Amino acid sequence: MSALVAAAQKEGQLNVITLPSNWANYGAIMKDFTAKYGIKITDANPEGSSGQEITAVQQLKGQSRAPDVVDVGPSFAVEGANDHLWAPYQVATWNNIPADAKDANGDWYADYGGYVAIGYDPAKVKVAPTSFASLTSPAYKNMIGLNNSPTTAGAAFAAVYAAALANGGSFGNIEPGIKYFAHLKSIGNFVPTAIGGPTTVQNGTTPILIWWDYLLASEVSPVVKGFKIVIPSDASYASYYDQAISATAPDPAAARLWEEYLYSTTGQNLWLQGFARPIELSTLVANGTVNKTAYAALPPAPSGALTFPSSAQAAAAETVVTQNWPTQVGG
Amino acid sequence: MAESTAQAVAPEALTSGARPSRVSTSLRRSLRWLGVVPFGVYVALGLLAPFVAIAIAAFRNSSTGAFTLSNFNTALHGTYLLGLKTSLLLSIATAIVPGIFGLLVAYAIFTAKRGNVLRQVVITASGVFANFGGVPLAILFIATLSTTGIVTGWIKDLSGVDIWNHGFTLYSAYPGVFIVYMYFQIPLMVLVILPALEGLRPAWREAAENMGAGTWQYWRYVGGPVLLPSFLGCLLLLFGSAFSAYATAEALTGGTVALTPIQIGALLNGNVVAGQENLGYALGVIMVVIISIVMIIYVILQRRAARWLR
Amino acid sequence: MATVADVEAGAQTPASATRPAARRRSFPVWRWAILLIAGVFFLIPLYAGLRFAGLKAFANVFTYPGFGSAVGLSLRLAAITTILTLVLMVPTTVYVHLRLPQIRRSMEGITIMPIVIPPIVLIIGVLKVAPGFLLGTPYLLALVYVILAMPFAYRSLDAGLRAFDLKTMVEASNSLGADWPTTLWRVVLPNIRTAMLSATVLTVALVLGEFTMASLALYVTFPVWIVQFEQNAGPVTTAASLLALFVTWILLMLIVTVGGRGARKRGGAQVALFTVAAPAESSQTMGEPE
Repeated sequence: MSALVAAAQKEGQLNVITLPSNWANYGAIMKDFTAKYGIKITDANPEGSSGQEITAVQQLKGQSRAPDVVDVGPSFAVEGANDHLWAPYQVATWNNIPADAKDANGDWYADYGGYVAIGYDPAKVKVAPTSFASLTSPAYKNMIGLNNSPTTAGAAFAAVYAAALANGGSFGNIEPGIKYFAHLKSIGNFVPTAIGGPTTVQNGTTPILIWWDYLLASEVSPVVKGFKIVIPSDASYASYYDQAISATAPDPAAARLWEEYLYSTTGQNLWLQGFARPIELSTLVANGTVNKTAYAALPPAPSGALTFPSSAQAAAAETVVTQNWPTQVGG
Repeated sequence: MAESTAQAVAPEALTSGARPSRVSTSLRRSLRWLGVVPFGVYVALGLLAPFVAIAIAAFRNSSTGAFTLSNFNTALHGTYLLGLKTSLLLSIATAIVPGIFGLLVAYAIFTAKRGNVLRQVVITASGVFANFGGVPLAILFIATLSTTGIVTGWIKDLSGVDIWNHGFTLYSAYPGVFIVYMYFQIPLMVLVILPALEGLRPAWREAAENMGAGTWQYWRYVGGPVLLPSFLGCLLLLFGSAFSAYATAEALTGGTVALTPIQIGALLNGNVVAGQENLGYALGVIMVVIISIVMIIYVILQRRAARWLR
Repeated sequence: MATVADVEAGAQTPASATRPAARRRSFPVWRWAILLIAGVFFLIPLYAGLRFAGLKAFANVFTYPGFGSAVGLSLRLAAITTILTLVLMVPTTVYVHLRLPQIRRSMEGITIMPIVIPPIVLIIGVLKVAPGFLLGTPYLLALVYVILAMPFAYRSLDAGLRAFDLKTMVEASNSLGADWPTTLWRVVLPNIRTAMLSATVLTVALVLGEFTMASLALYVTFPVWIVQFEQNAGPVTTAASLLALFVTWILLMLIVTVGGRGARKRGGAQVALFTVAAPAESSQTMGEPE
């Protein structure tokens, strides 16, 4: 480990990409890493998407400003592995990561995630929503929004998946979720704007926002007084993002040190403080090394084991959403 | 007319000087093309090469790299076909209407002297608005015309009518996206038609009036013919601009309206669909094909218009 | 332009009937009506945005680091792009008008392409073919922006060149003994001043507003810097974008004022040229379309 630190410090810099500072507490994480190891971090394109991360890794190969590490959605991690973009690496705490949340080779590994949640502004929303079913009430006319289009934003896509689960669908069948939103739109409850973030909550366009619970907590709660977050009672769907090291990373030692840091207790707890659930949460709780205040601040997790769609199911669902969202929900 | 033909002969005499006519005209003709070589090289490197790289990728399967037509097949069916149709119609609509309005605005200021403050403000404001779009523009219009927007509120206060209850919506192609597109299409038109308006000599207007022509006759026989080629050219530009506009419509409609650039964005730039970039490239190639077809129609239109107005 | 001022002031010629006089009086009214409608349409959303953002949000924008370097990069890119665009397009367009009028249509076709290829697709293509040394510098963006500006620059210059009798003037200038550089500089350029200004305004505004390609190439230009606020609360985002609008507008006003001042100095010589050329022009331009 000390050899890794020395090599990383010799490289002196780390290129990360698409990490907004208020997303899962990345701002604090990057600052702490630099303070601890003296390695300068350059965060390119903080508002970018997973697709842009892949493009950057592919097109900037060989440049000193190419990304070293990525934090991408699951389907992109898999695609990157298929295109041989990642360098396999197993962090020290590798065994604490569940088997279905990492690539067997070590190409990618889940980092943090959260549940699809309904956030609402109680000043404008008099009757508290509790589930997807409750959102169909006429009391919520012109109130409900997603953060973006499910054809392009992971959180929105997850929301449709969750709605599918709540309406008789399954990981292999996302169509009920699309139908649900189509119904919501036809009765005038759904506002399809895709500005994302707290803006539409603040200006009253979408006092109810369906998004990741940790983003609702870290981005909307600070600016909307009394903002409440609830995980829908009729469907709980969680998704985790994945870390990977670029096979053509210009700073390979720093990249590996970064991963060690993220999967150390410090790193995992910092994610927890960003209201996200780090992948090694259960280990931290068992060991008693979890940050108790941050853990208590999380919305209560639904009972039952976490299950994820397989890559094949997810890919199929993505195609269905892309094909049907405009025609069924647009109309 | 005689003068111009006489003068047309003159430059040959001037530039050829004492050169013997034996120097083949074909050589001189090919040397003529030298003047556009810099432009040609720049376009070849900056536009053609990237486009060819994309086009080649469009014919490849995203995961295996094998040659395939499947990307184009997918691109011409289902939701992508719908996207192409919607984009096409929306672009035509948001080329013509802002085109006319932009022409009126440009005409309203072009007679002002060059140093006139109003004229300068309109020109610079047009420059700024022509490039304003995406999420910020969507936010502005939501603040204005959404259910809680200030104009919605004003209309409600003044007339008791809630436009949202009567079918108005910001979140679909019409009227929502259409209105918002005007915000950058009109200024674009103002800027690109202004130099053409300079071709309307006030002397002609005076001469026409002195001969007893009314406003309609002036435009039918003098103003219109002079302006029409440029006007059509500017409409073409507006069409292209609307056709490839992406961020604004996406921010406003959240993917519920199928528009090709948005779909390309989801394929290349998104967080959901992975590994289908080549489909995005195929769509891009199709967009270029469409604009080429539109160009052909445009050329035909120009020829017809010229003949009709003579 | 002395003639226009006379027209505006409503100078009556002895032969004119009352109808022309009435038209001249109503023309300014109609002009103001259009401008008023346009003004309302464009200013109300800005006002709505300002109200939503609140003045405090503007202060927050400046506290974020990187403002200076982002603006500096964008300004440098704007300057390089504009110069390159004008240097490339003005001689080319003039040359095409003079010597190769038959390819004017093809030029229109070629120059419309950059608009239609979505920027995301184009930048990926550029990143694929660009050589390594170019990929490492933000000035690659300037080179690409010239391509993006091409449609507008060509359209402006083309319209500007059609607006006067280029061939006659060039021949006149040549027959008076001027060489090509002098002709270009002292005869052609002053006549396409508006077109060049239009092209400059569009190019600068384009560079200062272009986000997609810069962000995909991972460079922090001013628009990229502004977008980072989108992760923040709405008021700050809106304040940031309104600020960007304002900064761009001020810059353009500077350009237009400076550019306009040069025109007024040469104004006198132009008028005479216009009136002399007018009769030949009208027949020339009518016979023009191919």
